[in-house]
Amino acid sequence: MDSMPKPPSTFTRLLRNRSGLVGLLLVTLYVVVGVTGLLGMTPYPVNDQHVRDRLTGPSATYALGTDLFGRDMFSRLMKGAANSLQVAVLSVTIATLAGTAIGTVSGFVGGLFDNVVMRIMDVFFALPALLLALVIVSVFGPGGGTTVIAIGIVYTPIFARVSRGPVLAVKEMEFIMAARCLGLSNLRIMLRHVLPNTLAPLIVQVSLALSWSLLTEAGLSFLGLGTQPPEPSWGVMLSEGRALAEMAPWLMIFPALAIMLGVLGFNLLGDGLRDVLDPRLRGVKT
Amino acid sequence: MFRYLTQRAIAFVPTLIGVSILIFFAIRLVPGDAIVAMLGTEAGMLTQTQRESLEVYFGLDKPPVEQYFSWMGGVVTGNLGLSVRHGQPVLNLILSRFPVTLELAVMALAIALLIGLPIGILSAIRHNSAIDLFGRLLALVGLATPNFLLGSLIIVVLSVVFKILPNSGDFTPLHVDPGKNLSQLIFPAFTLGFSFSASVMRTTRSAMLEVLGQDYIRTARGKGLASGVIVRRHALRNALIPVITIIGVELGYLLGGAVIIEEIFSLPGIGRLVYNAISQRDYALVQGVALFIAFNFVVINLITDLLYAAADPRISYGQHA
Repeated sequence: MDSMPKPPSTFTRLLRNRSGLVGLLLVTLYVVVGVTGLLGMTPYPVNDQHVRDRLTGPSATYALGTDLFGRDMFSRLMKGAANSLQVAVLSVTIATLAGTAIGTVSGFVGGLFDNVVMRIMDVFFALPALLLALVIVSVFGPGGGTTVIAIGIVYTPIFARVSRGPVLAVKEMEFIMAARCLGLSNLRIMLRHVLPNTLAPLIVQVSLALSWSLLTEAGLSFLGLGTQPPEPSWGVMLSEGRALAEMAPWLMIFPALAIMLGVLGFNLLGDGLRDVLDPRLRGVKT
Repeated sequence: MFRYLTQRAIAFVPTLIGVSILIFFAIRLVPGDAIVAMLGTEAGMLTQTQRESLEVYFGLDKPPVEQYFSWMGGVVTGNLGLSVRHGQPVLNLILSRFPVTLELAVMALAIALLIGLPIGILSAIRHNSAIDLFGRLLALVGLATPNFLLGSLIIVVLSVVFKILPNSGDFTPLHVDPGKNLSQLIFPAFTLGFSFSASVMRTTRSAMLEVLGQDYIRTARGKGLASGVIVRRHALRNALIPVITIIGVELGYLLGGAVIIEEIFSLPGIGRLVYNAISQRDYALVQGVALFIAFNFVVINLITDLLYAAADPRISYGQHA
């Protein structure tokens, strides 16, 4: 008898999903540009001022034009991608680790402990993310490191909620009881048996959180509280470009496009992952 | 129903206390002191006695825990403290700014529903058609466009192309000159409403698609009901729950003040008030506004729960609470 054909892997299904594929391409482009910027492989040093070429439009010499100080926009956008990518990855890593640990332990232990922990998480939900981030940034002072901490703290409760839900369902299952009967410790049961069953919604959440993080970082930088000049950041570049938009529209258009494509990429990837990892939603979501 | 409402209202008290503790102590960790923030460089000219008397006046001389309980004692009686920066009661400042934020939020909600609901419904009914593609693209653009970006673009286009400056001059309240008031709020409201409409659109579409695939819809079609009736009476009502949820969450945050939008359109709302209060280390004002924002959020949550019951008669809080 012929054996059943092997089902396509998650990655193959993601590539077959339109949202997933476009999202993956945009995120890959963003990561490549960001890593290249991080390694300093930019056409010009990001803070080099070409005074004679101030406010030059896109040309063969300066692909995306220059700013008020004659700095190359393309190089600055590349470094801006690197900065926002670092903030996004680090802050979402903090939120994922802390949130998943809190949600898993809280859901697994249950009872009063769970109730208290979740009420504490509710406190964070009752305030807008940007307001909370503003307070945290004020405490530690503006800068890249602070932005990472602020965004990490703000999004931790979301991961706690997302990971807790599946834990509540999984912990009542028979294989968990079997693991208990075998004498496995709670820690081992959580790490080896409970956590792997909560991974699908977490992966989707990570992708969406990266897009929110990108937005929050750009928002904080736009207000002057994120990445500090002269270090390039898309939010700062957009904010600076506003004043000169009539004279030099490229100063605003390119950072705007960069933010939109970055956010769009992570959103589409999140949608694609949700379609692929949750069969119930296949064909239903946008 | 009343019992349910009371239970929910009591359940919100710990959240509000938690918010008050979090903000009260977090804002005190901000480097620098409130007196310096209030007087700027002139603070250096104060004698020790003058400084101490100012600290006593604003209650800053007591230990933080005592300050917290003293503040909470005031909150219970409706006294949110005195703003160091404005020299006015915090509650008065909030009440003078809240109408702007409320009006902005209501207008943004109206715009979001006007754009999001019909396109979301049409997208689901005409699944995979040109209108569906248009709706999905619009939703993606809305989702990927941060409101500070759209707001900046609107200001630039209005000022460069149409020579209109939407953020110039003093803000005119609704009761003084409704026409001028609306002209000042329509662009920031559209900015907020557009991204809000993207969430409404996506949620409506996916909820409708799910409902339209159910057996009872097929039965309704089999009975020969007109498609308009099926959509309105059978599909939409059942698809409304997730839409109400997303509206509740977004509105809750909008009532917390759209910090960046109020800032770039120079609107004197709650968001700008708290943003300036944070940068000026105006402890009492930050605490008061944060508590007010959290209070709005929990009230909106409560209203959302009530709307669930209105949209779906199977949800009856009176019997199951």
